[in-house]
Amino acid sequence: MARTSRILLIGLAIVLTGVALAAELPRALTVAIALAAGLIAMRALRRTAVEDDAAPAAELALAAQATSAAELAAILQAIDEPLLVVEGRRVAQANAAARAVLGEHIVEEDARVALRHPAAADRITGAAPGDRPIELVGIGERDRRWELRVHPLGPTQRLVRLADRTGVYATERMRVDFVANASHELRTPLAAILGLIETLEDANGPGDETVRARFLSVMLKEARRMQRLIDDLLSLSRIEADKYRAPQDRVALAPLAAEVADACRAGAAEPPKIMLDVAPGLPDAAGDRAQLSQLLHNLVGNALKYGKPGGPVRIAIKAPSPGMLSLAVADEGDGVPPEHLPRLTERFYRVDPGRSRAGGGTGLGLAIVKHIVERHRGRLDIASAIGKGTTVTVLLPQATVEVLGERLSA
Amino acid sequence: MANSYGHTVKAFDEDLTQLRGLVAEMGGRAENAISGSIEALVRRDLEGAAGIVQEDRRIDEINAEIERHVVRLIALRAPLADDLREVLAALKIGGLIERMGDYAKNIAKRVPLIAEAANVEPLSILPPMASVVSNMVHDALDAFAARDPVTAQQVCETDRTVDDFYDSMFRALLTHMMENPTTITSATHLLFVAKNLERIGDHATNVAEMVYFAATGEQLGERPRGADALAATQR
Ligand SMILES: Nc1ncnc2c1ncn2[C@@H]1O[C@H](COP(=O)(O)OP(=O)(O)O)[C@@H](O)[C@H]1O
Ligand SMILES: [Mg+2]
Repeated sequence: MARTSRILLIGLAIVLTGVALAAELPRALTVAIALAAGLIAMRALRRTAVEDDAAPAAELALAAQATSAAELAAILQAIDEPLLVVEGRRVAQANAAARAVLGEHIVEEDARVALRHPAAADRITGAAPGDRPIELVGIGERDRRWELRVHPLGPTQRLVRLADRTGVYATERMRVDFVANASHELRTPLAAILGLIETLEDANGPGDETVRARFLSVMLKEARRMQRLIDDLLSLSRIEADKYRAPQDRVALAPLAAEVADACRAGAAEPPKIMLDVAPGLPDAAGDRAQLSQLLHNLVGNALKYGKPGGPVRIAIKAPSPGMLSLAVADEGDGVPPEHLPRLTERFYRVDPGRSRAGGGTGLGLAIVKHIVERHRGRLDIASAIGKGTTVTVLLPQATVEVLGERLSA
Repeated sequence: MANSYGHTVKAFDEDLTQLRGLVAEMGGRAENAISGSIEALVRRDLEGAAGIVQEDRRIDEINAEIERHVVRLIALRAPLADDLREVLAALKIGGLIERMGDYAKNIAKRVPLIAEAANVEPLSILPPMASVVSNMVHDALDAFAARDPVTAQQVCETDRTVDDFYDSMFRALLTHMMENPTTITSATHLLFVAKNLERIGDHATNVAEMVYFAATGEQLGERPRGADALAATQR
C-alpha cells in the first residue's frame, strides 16, 4: 500500500495548496478549490487500484481531466463572483455571474473578445504574469469597476476572477470627500483667527481698547468652533473604530435623559422647556453610557436650535416592542423639507448652513448620532412635518440577562 | 470524408476565434488610446501622451498580424458564404480600428503643442464629446464581441450626436479665435483634436455597420452626411 499512501500524500498536498491559496481567495472559492483538490485525490486513489505502473503525476493529470468539465462547472456555478476558466486563449467555461457581466456569447470565444482590455489580455494569455490585480473600468456597465486576478490551474489553464470594486471605489471617494470637507471646515475659522491676529498687531494704540476686546471675543468664538469640530471629528472616528464591538453596559435611559435635559437648561438666561415622558417600569438599554449621552445631547441640541425658540422639546422613552426601547426627541419647529431628510445624517450636510453655523453647529451631530445607533445595533428614524416640527426616534436593544451562557430578555 | 470535413470545420472555427481575439485586443488598445489621449490633453500630461504615441505601434503590429492571419485563413480553409463574410468583416474592422488608433495618436501628438489650451474656454466641450465617442467605440466593439446587430444599429444612430458636438465646437472655437487672436494656434490645434474625435466616431459607426453586415448579411441604410465645416481647410 505504499502507492496508496503516496497518492494520498499528493492529494493532501493539493488540498494544502488550496488552503494556502485561501489567504488570497474569498471563502466560497477556497472551499471550491479544496473540494476540487479532494475530488482529484479521490479519483487518483480509485485509479491506482486498477491501473499499473503509471507515474503519479500522469495519473493526477488524468484524474484532473476526469474531474474537470462537469464537476468544475458545477463548482463554478455555485459561486456568484464572475469566474472564467481559460484554456490557452479560449474561454473554456464561464459561470452565470461572468456571463451576466460579459455576455452570453463569451464561452468558446477568445479571452480577448470577452475582456477587451490590453493589460487583461496580456495577463490572461500569460504574456505579462504578475500577482497584482488589474483594474478594469467599463466592463459590462460603463461605470462599473472591477479587479481582475488570474490564477494558474494547469500548464495552459487559468482561472480568471473578476471582483466588483464599484462599492469600494465609491467608499474611497466618500473618504476623500470627507477629508476635503473637514479640511475646509477647519480652515474657515483658522483663516478668521489669523486675519484677526494680523489686524490686532496694528490695533495696539491706547484708543483701540474696544476694537481689541471685540477682536479677541471673535477669535475666542472661532477657536471654540474649531475645538467643537475637532471634538466631533474625534468622536466620529472613535465610534467608527468601535463599530464591530456591540456595547454591553446596562444604561438606564430615564435618568440619563433627565441629566441631559438639566445640562441643556443650565446656563440659559431663560431655560427652555424640555419635557420628559417616560413609560413606567422600563428595563435598561444595552449600550455605552457616554455615547448615549452624546446622542441625547446632539438630538436635544438640534431640537432647541432648529425648534420653536424656548421649546417645548419632548423626550419620550417607551418599550414599543419586545426586546427594544425607543427614545424620541420631538420639537415644534419649522420642520425639514422632505427632499433633505435622507441626507441629514451625511457628514457636513446642513439644510441651512448659515443657521447651523450661527448656532455653533458642526454639521456632524446627526452623523455622530447615526454612527452611535449603528454601533448599538439600533435604528434611527427622522420624521418631519413642515410647520409642525421634527421627531427623531432611536430604537435601542434592551439589556439582556445572561443565565448559564443563554441570553434571556430581561 | 465526413471526418476530414469535420476536421476542417474545427480548424476554421479555431482560426476564426483567434482572428476575433486579435481584433478585440486591438479594439481594447484603441479604446485605451482614445480615452487616454483626451485625458492627457486635459491634464496636460506629456508623458502619458508620449506613451500613447508609443503604444500605437502595437496596434499597427496587431493589424499586420490580422492581415497575415486572414490571408492564411482564406488560402488554407477557403471559407464560403457566411464564414467568408465574417472573416472579411473582421479584416475590415481591424483596418478601421487601426485608423482609430491613428487618430488617437494624432490627438496625443498635439498635447505638447497645446500648452496654453487651458485658456481656451471651448476646451470644456472636448471631454463630453470624447466621452460620447468613447462610448460609441466601446459599444461598437461590444457589438462585435457579441455579434449583436441591435447594439450595432444603436451605435450608428449616435453618430449624429458626435456631429452636433463637432459643429458646436467648431463654432465656439471660431468665436473664441476672433475674440482672442493670441490663442489662435492653440485653438486651431483644438479644432483638429475635435476633428479627430469626430472621425473616430465615424469609424466607430463603420465598425458597427460591418458588425451588422457580418451578423445579418444585410447593409444598414446609408447615413446622410452633414456638411463638413472643415472639409475645405483640410485638403
Ligand atoms: N430638529 C431639527 N429640525 C429641523 N432641522 C434639523 C433638526 N435637526 C437637524 N436638522 C437639520 O439637519 C442638519 C444637520 O444636523 P446636524 O448633523 O446635527 O448638524 P448641525 O446641527 O451641526 O448643523 C442641520 O443643519 C439642520 O439643517
Ligand atoms: Mg446638530
